Amino acid sequence: MTADTLTTILIAMLGGAIRVSTPFIFVALGETLTEKSGRINLGLEGNLVLGAMVGYAISFQSGSPWLGVIAAGFSGVFLGLMHGAICSLKKVNDIAVGIAMMSFGTGVAFFFGKPYIQPSAPRLESLPLGGWSSNPALEQALEINPLFIVGILIAVAMWWALANTRIGLVVRMTGDSEPAARAMGINPIKVRILATAAGGFLAGIGGAFLSLSYPGSWNEGLSSGQGLMAVALVIFARWDPLRCIFAALLFGAAGALGPALQSVGISQGYYFFNAAPYILTLFIMVAASGRNSARAAPGELSIAK
Amino acid sequence: MAHAETTTFKAPPFDSARMRASMEAVAIPLGALIVSAFIFSMFLMILGKSPVQFFQLVWRGGFGTSFSFQNTLQRAAPLILTGLAFAIPARIGLVMIGAEGALVVGGFAAAALAIPLVSAQMPVYLTMVLMILIAMLAGGAWNAIAGWLKHTRGVNETISTLLLTYIAIAFMNFFVEGALRDPASQNKPSTMPIGKEYMVENIPGTDVHWGLVFGLVLALALQVLMSRTTFGFAARVTGGNPRAALAQGLPVGGLIVTCSAIAGACAGLAGYFEVAAIHGQANASLVAGYGFTGILVAFLARHNPLMIIPVAIMFGAIEASGGLVQRRMDMPDATALVLQGIIFVVLLASESLYGRFAIFQPKLDRERT
Repeated sequence: MTADTLTTILIAMLGGAIRVSTPFIFVALGETLTEKSGRINLGLEGNLVLGAMVGYAISFQSGSPWLGVIAAGFSGVFLGLMHGAICSLKKVNDIAVGIAMMSFGTGVAFFFGKPYIQPSAPRLESLPLGGWSSNPALEQALEINPLFIVGILIAVAMWWALANTRIGLVVRMTGDSEPAARAMGINPIKVRILATAAGGFLAGIGGAFLSLSYPGSWNEGLSSGQGLMAVALVIFARWDPLRCIFAALLFGAAGALGPALQSVGISQGYYFFNAAPYILTLFIMVAASGRNSARAAPGELSIAK
Repeated sequence: MAHAETTTFKAPPFDSARMRASMEAVAIPLGALIVSAFIFSMFLMILGKSPVQFFQLVWRGGFGTSFSFQNTLQRAAPLILTGLAFAIPARIGLVMIGAEGALVVGGFAAAALAIPLVSAQMPVYLTMVLMILIAMLAGGAWNAIAGWLKHTRGVNETISTLLLTYIAIAFMNFFVEGALRDPASQNKPSTMPIGKEYMVENIPGTDVHWGLVFGLVLALALQVLMSRTTFGFAARVTGGNPRAALAQGLPVGGLIVTCSAIAGACAGLAGYFEVAAIHGQANASLVAGYGFTGILVAFLARHNPLMIIPVAIMFGAIEASGGLVQRRMDMPDATALVLQGIIFVVLLASESLYGRFAIFQPKLDRERT
């Protein structure tokens, strides 16, 4: 392998990482917010698929992809509110409800999404940020979708708000100790429902990215577990919004490995490399299961107990 | 005979408290089903479809004729097995959703083993036994990874089983698109067909393959294992309170890994029958969602192996009638998914009703309070 091929692979992986990581960033941020409040939402896979369908359908009907993005977010709020409300009933297990919401969200998306598989909707335009480079591959890799930048801004804002605002304090307090939150006059149920709804909004936007930017069309095989991998990603990022960005880029790069190798003619094992992000996630979960991670987990979280 | 006297006192002939508890375990899921049917009817009415027609078609397509009932049983067979694959780990407190992956691994392993056996023209029954064994071993080992990671490293088993499912599908695609691809399979890459004589036959006089019998026998065996043996007792204690189980000196790690392996073996067996009784080869058709529907089946049956049988038949009927509903009412095939999703959500919400109805509580408690 010459240095040239290696550069090509690395540039392809960089471009792939930026493209593939965007939905991960949104879902991981949504999950971080929900988990910070002490609840785990495994159903974000459903938000992702429903968001992708709603975003695509609204973009097709209205002609405005950004309207689609907003609508996708609100479809996520709907699922998040459902999850939050059901989990607030006594004796209900949030992990099981997550599985149910996954199947409900996917079912609804497939049901209403049938007529939108064929038509092509207006997509989100990418920003050509690689114009300064003479390398066409790099130029293509740096065609960045505005949602990627929005995701990074939200991550920074969430990181700041969790640490420095009253709302952030309330969310963290509810997640760390329900009795302490009650003593402060906070209603933990309300906080958790709102945090799950807000998290659902972000995950829905992540779904809109899938159908409106990359891969950029709506079909039933669009999301393959990104919503669940994001849950593992949050553990890896130790519930820190800024670390979520780097974790998402890492996952994106792993996902881009197969296509990157294919671009230089190595198609041997293409299907094997499809498994790379999942294997990476599994390894990360094994590695992150140590003591450091347990200390960073919100105290009320069922998977941390 | 003082001894005999005390036993008659302690064990009355009719255990009413237990009876009430099991009535509760049937009545609440049934109520949840009725509420779900109501919500789904509203959903249909909003779309301008007739709920009456829908349920009539499900009845007709699932149970109406002997042909449709056999179709239902055919689809119930893998659901019984994948339902067991969720229920057994659930009894020990694990939420394992990887039956789909273990099914793929089992089915693929059986199809791969069949290639040399069939080309060497091994005896049919020996080949079948070996294929069944490899399917159960492969599925069991695959799922046991998640149990082992849970016990040794505390890795959340729900996420790890789902990741293993995606890895299993990628592995199968890797082999089916590459080394083990049958050159004759153009549009849908598949392994070599195992050949007609090595396929599992139908139960005499029916159109239902033997997988149904295996499912029924396994459900019965696992019911006995979980409720009548020391192993089952230890597993239930661990499920109820892992710390108490550890303090009692129960081999918690071994129990967790064994239950995961049993679950994977059930799903792997379902994969074998999908390959050896339905498709005749391993390909992407193995990923048909049986593993995920099995989760719902197990929840409705409250993780009781015997109750899984009627619930699996009900969902078999919903799937069997899918084509009829699609054609007559002009609805997409995802209709069944929406119905399942609604049932799932309502069912979990109904969990909070346990212990709320006085009629299901033991009488003794009410007299005391």
